[in-house]
Amino acid sequence: MSSQEIPEENLPAEQGPAHGAVEGADDPFADPGLPAHQPRIQDIDERAAKRSERAVAFMFTLSMLATVGFIASYVIFPVDKIVYIWPFGHVSALNFSLGLTLGVALFAIGAGAVHWARTLMSDVEVADDRHAIEATPEVKAKVLADFAAGAEESAFGRRKLIRNTMFGALALVPLSGVVLLRDLGPLPEKKLRNTLWAKGKQLINMNTMEPLRPEDVAVGSLTFAMPEGLTEEAEDFQNQIAKAALMIIRIQPENIKDKREREWAHEGIVAFSKICTHVGCPISLYEQQTHHVLCPCHQSTFDLSDGARVIFGPAGHALPQLRIGVNSEGNLEALGDFDEPVGPAFWERG
Amino acid sequence: MSTATDTQRKAPAGERVADWADGRLGIYSLAKANMRKIFPDHWSFMLGEIALYSFIIIILTGVYLTLFFHPSMNEVVYHGSYEPMQGIKMSEAYASTLDISFDVRGGLLVRQIHHWAALIFLAGMFVHMMRVFFTGAFRKPREINWLFGFLLFVLGMFTGFTGYSLPDDLLSGTGVRFTQGAILSMPIVGTYISMFLFGGEFPGHDFVARFYSIHILLLPGIMLGLLVAHLILVFYHKHTQFAGPGRTNKNVVGMPLLPVYMAKAGGFFFLVFGIIAVIAAIASINPIWAIGPYRPDQVSTGAQPDWYMGFAEGLIRVMPGWEINLWGHTLVLGVFIPLMAFGLVLAIIAVYPFVESWITGDKREHHILDRPRNAPTRTAFGVAWITEYVIVFIGGGNDLWATHFHLSLNAISWFVRIFIFVGPVLAFIATRRICLGLQRRDKEKVLHGRESGIIKRLPHGEFVEIHEPLGPEQLHTLTAHEQYKPVEIGPTVDENGVERKVSALQKLRARLSKGYYGEDNQIAKPTVEEYKEITSGHGHH
Repeated sequence: MSSQEIPEENLPAEQGPAHGAVEGADDPFADPGLPAHQPRIQDIDERAAKRSERAVAFMFTLSMLATVGFIASYVIFPVDKIVYIWPFGHVSALNFSLGLTLGVALFAIGAGAVHWARTLMSDVEVADDRHAIEATPEVKAKVLADFAAGAEESAFGRRKLIRNTMFGALALVPLSGVVLLRDLGPLPEKKLRNTLWAKGKQLINMNTMEPLRPEDVAVGSLTFAMPEGLTEEAEDFQNQIAKAALMIIRIQPENIKDKREREWAHEGIVAFSKICTHVGCPISLYEQQTHHVLCPCHQSTFDLSDGARVIFGPAGHALPQLRIGVNSEGNLEALGDFDEPVGPAFWERG
Repeated sequence: MSTATDTQRKAPAGERVADWADGRLGIYSLAKANMRKIFPDHWSFMLGEIALYSFIIIILTGVYLTLFFHPSMNEVVYHGSYEPMQGIKMSEAYASTLDISFDVRGGLLVRQIHHWAALIFLAGMFVHMMRVFFTGAFRKPREINWLFGFLLFVLGMFTGFTGYSLPDDLLSGTGVRFTQGAILSMPIVGTYISMFLFGGEFPGHDFVARFYSIHILLLPGIMLGLLVAHLILVFYHKHTQFAGPGRTNKNVVGMPLLPVYMAKAGGFFFLVFGIIAVIAAIASINPIWAIGPYRPDQVSTGAQPDWYMGFAEGLIRVMPGWEINLWGHTLVLGVFIPLMAFGLVLAIIAVYPFVESWITGDKREHHILDRPRNAPTRTAFGVAWITEYVIVFIGGGNDLWATHFHLSLNAISWFVRIFIFVGPVLAFIATRRICLGLQRRDKEKVLHGRESGIIKRLPHGEFVEIHEPLGPEQLHTLTAHEQYKPVEIGPTVDENGVERKVSALQKLRARLSKGYYGEDNQIAKPTVEEYKEITSGHGHH
């Protein structure tokens, strides 16, 4: 739908001196034209102008001094010197002095220039005409004719075979660039479904780096664990811990509401993925009394006594639980990998 | 060197250099049009300048930072001068950021100027954009420049995000993880994009180097192009101005570029730079040394992105965790809807100029700015949009609101969930009423004059307040605005009884037009007859 259908009279009258109302000098709303220039004190009084000149020169001089101060600070203050400056507290002497001197050096140039412009340069307002952006009909006709001539000479419209194959070639050629992007990364495949956890892997306490024993886990404490065999020195440590990070708490078995959770626990010790199912932040806030854990990033809250189901916030599903038991040495061990992908949900998760 | 028409005098050196350049670049013709170009004066026209200058500051300081920053995720053990981090494993990116902060003299200052300038750049663009919106400066012929500006704002957000992710510290890494989680929520392509962006599983070893090339080359390159185009168009269109005596749609009134704006605008660059340098001297920003290197299994509380990402943060925080599992696939609406809403809210403000010009059907050029009150529906729409932005922004810091004001986190989230929908409506209604009230006051002022504050007692005991009539300049300024009439569909049956087709789109437009310009939706400005009737009569009352 084009706006040509709107009748002209809906548009406001073109801005004229008389607003299309009563014509002529009779119109009280008519444009009285540019007001006369009001001279500033500097325009009349040379002494005031001199004062302004000195003020501007003072600013520029101040800037020069500040730059000298900047260089001096750079030389004088060691990079690690900390000083107390009220009210900013303990700050780096170098950063503070460099920043202030640089700030003054720059600001004074600006203040001088603006003061100069405001007090000493002419402030007479001048009107410049505007010209329509649109071309005149003659220019437009000429351009269209030129284009038609050019198009005709190229035979672009007539020789359709050339046109169509050219479009085809131009459409296909960027594909090479797209193909080149293929090696940006591997295909997802099942990578997001598995973690390092497997049957028999002991739970390593991330504080002590020792295998975790059931008696280490007290009611009301929150323990973080990672799978046996993973070390912080490992090349892929970050990638592995991003999926395998585990949090362990102990709940009185009779207080565990979810039946499967109780079965997958060991004497009330339950292990859940530490990675939030919302967008993957590590969950770290634990409320002992309620067994709720809260993700500090987006406040998703999970009830660890009830299958880690979501009780508040933007997470879409419960935290995956790791089935644990105790091995022959009396250490906690995983009885398999998580049975669902950890972390944020994705299309193939199902 | 000299042409035949030249006089015998030897031109001064400056002129000879200019002659040389003119012979190759045509600078005289360029200067003829631009050297004494007139710019109108108004404080709100400086907002865009703040954005422009902070962009230049960002480029200057950014180039410096590239000299010392190592965009690598190779693991190193720190042995620099910052004691608390001694012997800790971290990426080279994080270690080199520590070096910039503690070993390079002035490095911390430049880093802080760079980051503060980025915040101010985005804020400057946002406020400048609002100035353009509320004064209708986006109208023909400036719609394309509005889009250029909008793109600069959006690209600025992503440049900022990729920039603060580079140090690979715990806070920014958490933000990158959030981004990766949001990418995963995209149906079908999510896992693929995530694998391709991170070169495998999160976090991998590639993203700092990749973000680096995006942050220092790809995005700023595009932005520089857009910025130059934006400024060329400002020069080409000539600046808009507010209505006033002597100011028409066909002229531009102000002072010339040389010397006044050279000094004022050039000086303003130094003022902005100077203030940012002082801020960087006294206010620490993003102290990555206090946060620690990134570990995907660790996080700090109260994690907040830079302010311009607070809107995205709010959307993701308050959205309920909807997930649909069907046929072995998961639709992660709880994350995907916020992702879409982020784009949608931005797109709405981007396309607004085109919607308004469709409603008005106005194809004329507009160089006189509207006072916001004189475009009540547009102003109300803009305020509703800002309200939406602010409410979601509050949601982005719901934990901080809760801890600082001792409020329930859940209550804040529910407040945001409700007011995301209710807030803009309330803001729209309230703003429009305020605008109409201000229009009425202007009309009153034109017809009855300015309240002088003088109370006069008449001989028979009545008290009257003296109103002073306005001068011709004020009368003109207050009545200079245009008022549209609503679009009418007209009779749907012509004189021969033949029915005329009216499309649903035409009906919608007529309704919108009535909403904008109908009788109750703008106050008819005083007419000359009204004015004469009142002023010629029995004086003021």
